[in-house]
Amino acid sequence: MTLREQLREKISAAFYRHGLLCASYPVPIILFTSASILTCCYPLLRLPLPGTGPVEFTTGVRDYSVPSHEPQGDLGERPDWYRGPPVAYIQQVLVKAAVSPWDSSLVTVDVFRSPLSRAFSLLEEIRNHVHSDSSGIRSLETLCLQVTGLFPGLRRMQSVLPEHGCLLVSPGNYWQNQRELFDSDPDLLKTIQKHEPKGLHTSATLRDLLFGVPGKYTGVSHYNRKRVVTYTITLVLSSYDARFLGSLRARLKQLHPSANCSLRDDHMVHVHFKEEIGIAELIPLVTTYIILFAYIYFSTRKIDMVKSKWGLALAAVVTVLSSLLMSVGLCTLFGLTPTLNGGEIFPYLVVVIGLENVLVLTKSVVSTPVDLEVKLRIAQGLSNESWSIMKNMATELCIILIGYFTLVPAIQEFCLFAVVGLVSDFFLQMFFFTTVLSIDIRRMELADLNRRLPAEAGLPPPKPGPLRPREVPPPPRPSPHTITLQTPAFRNLRLPKRLRVVYFLARTRLAQRIIMVGTVIWIGILVYTDPAGIRTYLAAQVSEQSPLGDPGGGGLPPHLGVAPVFRGGDPTSTLSIHPAPDPTPLPENQSQGHHGSARAGPLPQAPPAVPQITWGAEDEEGWRRLSFRHWPSLFSYYNITLAKRYISILPVIPVTVHVSPQEAIETRHPQDTRHPPPPIPKVSADLQTDLTLYKVAALGLAAGVLLVLLLFCLYRVLCPRNYGQNGVAHGRRRRGDLPCDDYGYSPPVSEISPLLLRGHSMDIECLASDGMLLASCCLAGQIRVWDAQTERHNIDLFQCFDKCLGSEEEDSYPLRHRTAPARPTLFTDQPDLTPLIDTNFTSQPPSHLSTPPREGFDFGGLVERAYIEHEPPSNSTYPSPSSERASTAGTQATADWESSVWAMELRGNLIAAGRSSGKLELWDAVEGSLRCSNEDGVSGITALAFLNNRIVAARLNGSLDFFTVEINKPLCLLQYRGAPGRGSMPPSPCYSSEDVISCQLTRSVQCAHQKPITVLRAAAGRVVTGSQDHTVRIYRLEDSCCLFTLQGHSGGITAIYIDQTMVLASGGQDGAICLWDVLTGSRVSHVYGHRGDVTSLVCTTSCVISSGLDDLICIWDRSTGIKLYSIQQEVGCGASLGVISESLLVTGGQGCVSFWDLNFGDLLQTVYLGQSSDGQGVRQLLVLDNAAIVCDFGSELSLVYVPSVLEKLD
Amino acid sequence: MSLTLTAMSDSAVTSGQQQWSGSGPPPRPSRGPYISAITNRTTNLGIRGAMLFSVGVFLALVLNLLQVQRNVTLFPPDVISSIFSSAWWVPPCCGTASAIIGLLYPCIDSRLGEPHKFKREWSSVMRCVAVFVGINHASAKVDFANNVQLSLTLAALSIGLWWTFDRSRSGFGLGVSIALLATLATQLLVYNGVFHYQGLQYTSPDFLYIRSWLPCIFFAGVITMGNIGRQLALYEYKFIQEKTHQD
Repeated sequence: MTLREQLREKISAAFYRHGLLCASYPVPIILFTSASILTCCYPLLRLPLPGTGPVEFTTGVRDYSVPSHEPQGDLGERPDWYRGPPVAYIQQVLVKAAVSPWDSSLVTVDVFRSPLSRAFSLLEEIRNHVHSDSSGIRSLETLCLQVTGLFPGLRRMQSVLPEHGCLLVSPGNYWQNQRELFDSDPDLLKTIQKHEPKGLHTSATLRDLLFGVPGKYTGVSHYNRKRVVTYTITLVLSSYDARFLGSLRARLKQLHPSANCSLRDDHMVHVHFKEEIGIAELIPLVTTYIILFAYIYFSTRKIDMVKSKWGLALAAVVTVLSSLLMSVGLCTLFGLTPTLNGGEIFPYLVVVIGLENVLVLTKSVVSTPVDLEVKLRIAQGLSNESWSIMKNMATELCIILIGYFTLVPAIQEFCLFAVVGLVSDFFLQMFFFTTVLSIDIRRMELADLNRRLPAEAGLPPPKPGPLRPREVPPPPRPSPHTITLQTPAFRNLRLPKRLRVVYFLARTRLAQRIIMVGTVIWIGILVYTDPAGIRTYLAAQVSEQSPLGDPGGGGLPPHLGVAPVFRGGDPTSTLSIHPAPDPTPLPENQSQGHHGSARAGPLPQAPPAVPQITWGAEDEEGWRRLSFRHWPSLFSYYNITLAKRYISILPVIPVTVHVSPQEAIETRHPQDTRHPPPPIPKVSADLQTDLTLYKVAALGLAAGVLLVLLLFCLYRVLCPRNYGQNGVAHGRRRRGDLPCDDYGYSPPVSEISPLLLRGHSMDIECLASDGMLLASCCLAGQIRVWDAQTERHNIDLFQCFDKCLGSEEEDSYPLRHRTAPARPTLFTDQPDLTPLIDTNFTSQPPSHLSTPPREGFDFGGLVERAYIEHEPPSNSTYPSPSSERASTAGTQATADWESSVWAMELRGNLIAAGRSSGKLELWDAVEGSLRCSNEDGVSGITALAFLNNRIVAARLNGSLDFFTVEINKPLCLLQYRGAPGRGSMPPSPCYSSEDVISCQLTRSVQCAHQKPITVLRAAAGRVVTGSQDHTVRIYRLEDSCCLFTLQGHSGGITAIYIDQTMVLASGGQDGAICLWDVLTGSRVSHVYGHRGDVTSLVCTTSCVISSGLDDLICIWDRSTGIKLYSIQQEVGCGASLGVISESLLVTGGQGCVSFWDLNFGDLLQTVYLGQSSDGQGVRQLLVLDNAAIVCDFGSELSLVYVPSVLEKLD
Repeated sequence: MSLTLTAMSDSAVTSGQQQWSGSGPPPRPSRGPYISAITNRTTNLGIRGAMLFSVGVFLALVLNLLQVQRNVTLFPPDVISSIFSSAWWVPPCCGTASAIIGLLYPCIDSRLGEPHKFKREWSSVMRCVAVFVGINHASAKVDFANNVQLSLTLAALSIGLWWTFDRSRSGFGLGVSIALLATLATQLLVYNGVFHYQGLQYTSPDFLYIRSWLPCIFFAGVITMGNIGRQLALYEYKFIQEKTHQD
């Protein structure tokens, strides 16, 4: 155990030092790690790039021998796949045939019918060729690749592809290699076309396979201008016999000499095919990658409380990826060639290595105390987690070691990679990620500093100027109470994601562009693959029309013309006379006759009539023009895979065939002549084709114009003109003033208008409400009561000197002047406000009365009217009490001057006010009379709670007093309320003016806290106090007994929330938020959410909402304590929060209140309270029952109704 | 030929059976307008069941493909149809089984009164699913010397999976029992000749091979599915809690 402790300590110390090092020298360390990553990845350069294209290797034919399986020493340039025999040898016989000379009596079908028919005799020749020498007799049957059957899925190919015996492919396969079938076939093209796949095809088609040349080069079509037909007979050999092939070559050349052919025949090409990934492999692979990305997403989502989330997430991913690369690189360096499929095992490696350590590190560093130096924070965070990191690492290594001993090669290799990956990942975490983290933390602190400084310095007078440089002043508004949305830049921040996506799409016109590009690509593919033969048709048209086309074998495609240049110039003149090579005596001379006749024609005289057979360089390796899937697909039909194997392609055997017109006519099928002539016969004049083209063009143009016009009309009909502007509903607002964002979208504006309740002369200090009445108290000590339901009237509570400040009694000015000299003493404890008050007092009352607010809702007038209406009856009922009140006020004046109201609570019609002098007063809210006062305590009352008939007062010295309000009701029974919860209380006042109310101190808990009590909350029969001594205490209301002392914060308590459901949340100066179980006193969760004090806390049934000095509003899940999201507010925003409904949050800002959707964190609306943009911050915010919000706004109260919220609540 | 077909069919069937686990689309917490729907207990159960079912079906298909791959050639012309080459009822069976297991786990947790607290987050669940797919991958792709080695390796991997992501006794017990039951059921089905495939039946070596990895894969699948089910139930748990608070 001690050993373990020692070890632990040592590890911790080492990590601490390491953290210090990393945080001290970030740049050199990052450079060092990058260098080491690059070094380790360097061996990767030698690995072949992934790709599925085939690789070629060329050897000479003469000294060819089958490569051995064993790697030889003199590999040289030999690729490593060139080992062992190939799967097969491919021998192609390239046949070019033409009817020559061309006779005008011939029809287009003759171009290919008789040349194709020659394939059968050639096949016969090849099949029957026998080479005999000393080593025995060899025929094709002995050498060729014997196939045993087609792949079961290819039943439809059965009739075409050879099923048994030699794999020998030629166009004759279309007719089962039977000449009779061919001769009786009325429409050859139809037969060929029958087997073509429909639609778009990219891989080799059957036509390509059988013809052995790409379809467009075969010349088997009605539009063949060259009148030369090209095809191949493909022999697939299983073994290589140079002599047999040589004799076959010689024989074929002898039979069909190619005059001007100089194809090289000394090179054979070996083509190696990589493994191709089929759909079967692809789907699991894609699935694993999707899982991998989900894993990475869910992991990096947890990174929090850092400057740049994205940056750190990127760093984490980079760490893992480069550790993988490093492991592969290192393994290759030490001679371990990876045989595993990298793409397949990669996701599993990532999962094994994992992102957990990185996250743990981040969390640990972030949760270190904020006030420490960055270096120390990093070091502390590292050392805190060192033990667990090392433990995890050791466990993982152990597991992998166990895996290594399974002795399965694949698993061993995987484990080896994983071990190296783990170690390099650890290295990178320690050096790379830690350093990046330190940089990030430093940046965050700098940003904090920048933000905090102006906010603190700018609190006194110079508020408007430098305080909020970011905030753009709202545009001038016609009336002071218009709703103004945030400036676009800010609104973008909190738009819901789906909207942002839509906006993005709309802004960039992405959809249209994608469709456009898609169309272009589609057209391109169409043109390229040419399913309808348009291109050939067009080419035919062009060549027909061009004057240069016909003479000199103009049908020659451009690349054909270029080819001779490379060939060394001999066939440059394609008109070279066939040299009549009159072959040596043939063994079997069946084709001698027509050879002669074919050559007999006067070739040069009639250039267009004589199809020219030319041999160019491109014919030498004609298979290159085929799809690279040509051979794999051919072999796959016979269940032979070419993956990771190679085939050898032997040099082609050129065969030139000339067919005489007579023979062509003889081989005709009777239907050929009845075949409709090709669409554009020779008789069609140039003019006619021109006309056709023009017609088509004109028609297309007209159709296009019509279409555009139609669409335009549709658009005009369907789309209203004011599309995107909703200026219709709000008539009094000019359209130009409508708030729009970047995209011209203006969200629907619901009518939220703040009501300003004026009357206080100084800043409002306390706010209290019980749903029906609203009491406010300003710095001057004046308490005003407002009817929260109607706002029709308000009643001022005049305390002593305050009377003169009332808005309706002008004759009381002398009173005010009398008391004025005593004023400064009131604010001894708040010295910075004194001058402000002095000036205000002398100037404000007259101005307040003489010049009522010019624009906006003139509440003053209303108030006065209400007063006039109310005065007469009240005057009649108690004229004497009012005078008495005035007199008592006068006597109390001196006493009250020295104390201001620090805390106020309102229940029923009783206002409890706690004063700085320690006096507790109970006022009647309706009549404005002081009902009783208690002066038992001397220390100032910092907080009050009024629940049932008990008042709890927290005092500055940390003591807690419990008072009982006794009501002696002479006439009727006492009517106490039940537990007053928000929304459940009857709005009827329960104290009548006749009652004698007394307030008695029942118990005083001295030294409830060591330090001043900062927060006091009461609910559900519990009183909770929070103090600067870092503790929270829970008292029972009935017997004032302390139930629990909750410890867990490392700073003074700044905010507490408790509600009827006994959920207690507390926030402290350390930025921590604790959730407690009130019944057991245990801590449910403890989270760090803010840098700096938590300023206020609110809970809904599902989440906890906190705001802090860092202008951040965090929303936490109540049951798990996981942060759902956070909202970054503007600098210097108020810290007041309120929850209107389950999903509506209201926050106070600078001169405005903002409404947020709690479900998504979207800003719904911002309501500006006054016309001046630089209004004071809203410090207090109360949510009333009728979905109204009251907040203080300097010396005014602002009442905001949220009608839309009401709908939501229903 | 016949061998290929047999292997294809049996691997399809068995892999189909064991793969009730998976990732699927990570179900995001639906909040706001869906709260009422989610809070409704039966609706919630239905949603969870449907989610688990789809995950099970998806994984059954994918992992089936992984097993098929072991035996097919490079260019099967009808790969798409081979996805569904197993009997049509296999994916729905897997889906149902995964739904049952995924619902059973949180239920048992709550019955036992020991809520599962170990690594309750989606990233861990994703990791678990990835490891499970990896185990399948290994069983399909890696060539082992003999079946005992295969069994032992897979067993070690499965236990490792449980230790890494679950670590609850109830999870282990349930996993083992379900794995045994499922293996037994498969075996019975095979011996009764339910799995005919074009007139071919299992040859005994084939079945020995399959039997060697079937229980381990079943076990891993149960653990994975239970993990997902618990994570899904976490949302419901939260909402239920809120609801009681509201009441």
